[in-house]
Amino acid sequence: MTQNAPNRGPHTGRRGLLLGGGGLLLATLWPVKGLRADAGMLVEDSTAPFAPNAYIRITPDNRITLILPNIEMGQGIYTSSVMLIAEELGVDLNQIEMEAAPPGGGAEITGGSMSIMTEWKPLREAGAAARTVLVQAAAKRWNAKPESCTVESGTIRHLSGLRLTFGAVASDAAKLPLPKEPQLKSAAQYRLIGKPQHRLDSVVKVEGRAVFGIDVQIPGQKIGTVAASPVIGGTLKDFNRDAAMAVPGVVAVLVTDAKDAVCVVGDHYWAAHKGLMALHPEWNEGENAKVTTQTVYDQLHDGLKGPAIVPTSKGDAPAIIAKSHAHYSAVYQQPLLAHSTMEPINCTAHVRPDGCDVWTGTQVADRARDTAAEITGLPKEKIAVHSQYIGGGFGRRLEHEYITQCVQFAKQVPYPLKIVWSREEDITRDRYRPAYVDEVTAGLDEKGHVTAMTHRVVGPAVVARWDPPELTKEGYDEDLSVGTLITPYNYPAYRLEFARREAPGVITAWWRGVGGTRGLFVVEGFIDELAGRAGVDPVAYRREMVKDNPRALAVLDRVAKEAGWNTPLPQGRARGVALQFAFGSYMATVAEIEMPENNVVIIHRVTAAVDCGQVVNPDQVISQIEGGLIFGFSAALYSEITLKDGWVEQKNFNTWRVMRMNEAPRRIDVHLMESSEDPGGIGEVGTAAAAPALANAMAAAQGHRYRTLPLLSPRNLEKEAAK
Amino acid sequence: MLTLRVNGQTHTVDVEPDTPLLWVLRDVLGLNGTKFGCGIAQCGVCTVHLDNRPVRACVLPVGEIGNRAVTTIEALDEADPVVHAVKKAWIDLDVVQCGYCQPGQIMAAVGLIRSTPNPSDEQIDSAMSGNMCRCGTYMRIRKAIHQAAGDVA
Amino acid sequence: MSRFSHARALLTGSGLATLALLSSLNTARADSAVLARGEYLARASDCEACHTAPGGVPFAGGRAFNVPGMGVLYSSNITPDPKHGIGKWTDEEFTRSVREGISPGWKHLYPAMPYPAYARMSPAEVKDLRAWLATVPKSANTPPANRLRFPFSIRAIMIGWNLLNGPRSSYPDDPSKSAEWNRGRTLVEGPGHCADCHSPRTLTSGLSTSRAFAGNTINGLRAYNITPDRTSGIGGWTDEALAQYLATGHADGHGTASADMAEVITYSLRHLTPGDIRAMVTYLRDLKPVASDDAPAPSRVIVSNNGTVPQNTRGGRLFVSACAGCHLADGSGRQTPYANIAGARSLSANDGHNLIRIIMDGSSLTTRDGSTHAMPGFAGGGYSRKDLTDITSFVMTHFTEATPSEAALNKAMDAK
Ligand code: FES
Ligand code: FES
Repeated sequence: MTQNAPNRGPHTGRRGLLLGGGGLLLATLWPVKGLRADAGMLVEDSTAPFAPNAYIRITPDNRITLILPNIEMGQGIYTSSVMLIAEELGVDLNQIEMEAAPPGGGAEITGGSMSIMTEWKPLREAGAAARTVLVQAAAKRWNAKPESCTVESGTIRHLSGLRLTFGAVASDAAKLPLPKEPQLKSAAQYRLIGKPQHRLDSVVKVEGRAVFGIDVQIPGQKIGTVAASPVIGGTLKDFNRDAAMAVPGVVAVLVTDAKDAVCVVGDHYWAAHKGLMALHPEWNEGENAKVTTQTVYDQLHDGLKGPAIVPTSKGDAPAIIAKSHAHYSAVYQQPLLAHSTMEPINCTAHVRPDGCDVWTGTQVADRARDTAAEITGLPKEKIAVHSQYIGGGFGRRLEHEYITQCVQFAKQVPYPLKIVWSREEDITRDRYRPAYVDEVTAGLDEKGHVTAMTHRVVGPAVVARWDPPELTKEGYDEDLSVGTLITPYNYPAYRLEFARREAPGVITAWWRGVGGTRGLFVVEGFIDELAGRAGVDPVAYRREMVKDNPRALAVLDRVAKEAGWNTPLPQGRARGVALQFAFGSYMATVAEIEMPENNVVIIHRVTAAVDCGQVVNPDQVISQIEGGLIFGFSAALYSEITLKDGWVEQKNFNTWRVMRMNEAPRRIDVHLMESSEDPGGIGEVGTAAAAPALANAMAAAQGHRYRTLPLLSPRNLEKEAAK
Repeated sequence: MLTLRVNGQTHTVDVEPDTPLLWVLRDVLGLNGTKFGCGIAQCGVCTVHLDNRPVRACVLPVGEIGNRAVTTIEALDEADPVVHAVKKAWIDLDVVQCGYCQPGQIMAAVGLIRSTPNPSDEQIDSAMSGNMCRCGTYMRIRKAIHQAAGDVA
Repeated sequence: MSRFSHARALLTGSGLATLALLSSLNTARADSAVLARGEYLARASDCEACHTAPGGVPFAGGRAFNVPGMGVLYSSNITPDPKHGIGKWTDEEFTRSVREGISPGWKHLYPAMPYPAYARMSPAEVKDLRAWLATVPKSANTPPANRLRFPFSIRAIMIGWNLLNGPRSSYPDDPSKSAEWNRGRTLVEGPGHCADCHSPRTLTSGLSTSRAFAGNTINGLRAYNITPDRTSGIGGWTDEALAQYLATGHADGHGTASADMAEVITYSLRHLTPGDIRAMVTYLRDLKPVASDDAPAPSRVIVSNNGTVPQNTRGGRLFVSACAGCHLADGSGRQTPYANIAGARSLSANDGHNLIRIIMDGSSLTTRDGSTHAMPGFAGGGYSRKDLTDITSFVMTHFTEATPSEAALNKAMDAK
């Protein structure tokens, strides 16, 4: 099994490159958001205007290769995609080799917890179609009926005992027409799906052989490091080129056309880094030098008043609230967040008069190609994007501005140029998860049950910049509905309002579940507050609200049982619960914490019950939930990007704090529900649960609630001290 | 010109003595298994062994290394029972996610088990909390260290 | 063999290199010797540290000095730029400014500039220094204007100050002492201006002579007692440790120079010859011992316990995650001896004042081979005040017998 084969050369003539001589090449469209997921499959030389982006290749020497465009950034997608194809194709996982596909087939995007959701059917169908023609080819050779043949481990057997390998019939199979609707296995027939499989990328990663973007080594390459204007919109005023060039090993100082960034290039990173220190860039900082964190929060709070878009409503919620027995409101605030993926931002590009190669880790390979074409003026076919392993995505690699930047520098030099951002650059020039302020109001009956709910979200519409057509015509970003409107609850009346406020002085972007993490912290905190007002146990209060939603009820009951919700706690401990339907999956979470002193939180144990439909690789789902929770706890406790005079104040892990092993929960128990529903997403599910479960537990422990993240910010702690 | 002993071989490198070992490994010798994460000894992804003890290569000037032996993830010897047990545990328990921090985690874990053959949770916390994992694989790392220690014993 | 043997070797090596350089320059061009002497004196006088803003162009000024009771002073641009620097000054004007504190136009300098100490240099030496300074790159930087309280905003007030505390002058060698002692006195009292930080100030902000070198608080940090007093001064140090500390910024068992002292090493002392360092040690050893009330608490011997730090306190947990990456669980330093904190005075002295400031603000030291060893500061982000006081308390109680007080640490955090 080869997991470490980043494709290197520029690709010319797809079929030639992908197949060479003989064998079967089955192309399929890797389904992506915004494209029809059932676009079907065609063999390569079809004349249809169809750009396939995923391939199954079987050569006469019986090598079975999957060429997939999806990017592995930790979520285990290589493994689960391969499992889906292998299940239907009838091969073992260890018989498969992997290659990264060249871009070219539609918008290749890995994000939004979409992968398994969108791949579930088409990949199995691709495997089944290939198996069907392979069996037909073998049957033909034996003059037998296909029904009298079985497939196991890449071998076709006839009742009589005759056998042929896939490779032996691959060339014949390639001449047969593909079935329109290939027969898929029933769940009971699965050998791989639903059974834990080891990750196929473990070995190379454990041995340090996995090639991440930052590890690419192209002969003749030089390494540059970058300083972009510390204030968005600023331009270079002055720098000391001579001092930088005098540093041993420095070979060039490059400036972008817009003069918004400068790159010092050296024989190695340290030379470039020292050169950049000596360069002393100074900036005309411009308008945004006035921005502080308070500017951002003030305009968000300002958005609580005045006009707003109403993307959805049910009944006349404000009127019902006004008439209700009681009503209750709360305002929640959440900060700007950096991604700080473990692998700092980097990109390698080689621009020549006749072509351009880009090597990088990206969640948007097509955008990478397009930007390179635009900057070099080369036609798109002359751009080759070579996708590498990603050292943590979390939405950061849905942006491609660093690729644009790299190509701008690389086109000024004849050699392949790798840019590596320092961690300081990575954090201060990140594109941040937006800050938000939410106000929620509930009307309540005598028992404290919700009669109607209004929810105003104030903050940016990330999609407006990232994918403008996706902004609704009223100007709403539907991502904000996740965890806000899309919940397990069915309120009698509801009104969602959105007041768009784009933060000045920063660029905001996706993060591990923007809508979901933002929405859940608010809604699940608020539901807890309502339960408290009603004097009802938080689990019991939610049970009542989801009594007609069996999947939600089931995860809630399961988590309550597994976490021992109704059992007494040791002295000093408290529990908090959160319930969610987000990214197509249900989950209920209980955090058990201790607060030995004010504002000291120890997370002892987290229990989760998850219903994400049919599970492809159960242990990887658990791993994603574990990791997602820790990512979310880290942000909830410590993380806030602040600005002073337009500069980001957090620079490296000394001030941008990340949860460590000795702060992480000692135990996370994830319980997967049996389900026959289509698979839901999982990568962002745990992250979204973390803040509300933790905040609810802290509120239970302290007797009062922080509605502002991060939970341990000076802002909250000072309030605490003042009490 | 400086002479370095890396993975059992002697290399002569033409860099300034203040160059951190990390960049000599990655950009001069082409040993990219050792990663860059912060450059200020906060994250541990650059962990290598210096005379068998885990150190952060990003803040270790090559001029200060002298004759001490540098070992990187690429040269962890499978024949060594601790190395074997650690790698096996990592694969058995599917520890990795994105994998970027894992070479550093493994170098730290091997160092820990060599000096503390059967580490307690407290000892694991002490030795491993300087190694960040943004993907949050901490629980599995802990389990894997316990398993590996058990396998060696 | 000491872990510092290689540093010592370097130290000797660079001393020889300096000598070799001097002689080769002598034969090459007459004024090369002048430049070499001038550079050496400029280093010994630590000009660059004060005349460079953080992250700014060397010698272009703009570094702020917060003088308690007086206001904020900014160092001036001393590059040869004719308009913004001192390019137009005559040698005489320069010498007068350095030795007497009077700049062209009768501008009286404030004593953040240690001209009373620099007066120990002869006019000829200052001229050499000037010759070298004229070779550094020009900068058009204009430092911010001083922000001073009345009456200090009137420069002429310095005339009166100078009468009380003012310029001393170079002195002849004391024949009763060794040449080494005399050289040491020149360096310590003159260009080195050690007393400017380490001596307490009198009521008029002059340097105390009765308690000379017995410690002082400056720039929000404690400059410790460096008299030979055994408990509160450097009486317990060996000559070797003291020399090593001055030359490299670190001596095992005494920790590493940080903050302002790290700058003194970085910009000044690391450039001095071993002979000059020895001379300084000889002189410091011969100072009058003065006891001060800031004697450090005894260190604890850390049994490394296989590198384990007790995880039952928040401070202990934070230490292993944020600190042990460099300092190791037992404080012995992971990748470099510069991170060995065992025996460092800041761990126990002055209620943790310096320690918490360094944890907050960080520190950076450049060593003889030009390598920089930096500690990042941890204030201003995800670590709360409580986190920082907890780390500090842990470090103090784990490595020493000190009994830190939360109130004192909080006070230190707000100092400056
Ligand atoms: S890169 Fe060395 S510790 Fe982070
Ligand atoms: S596995 Fe991704 S950072 Fe650890």
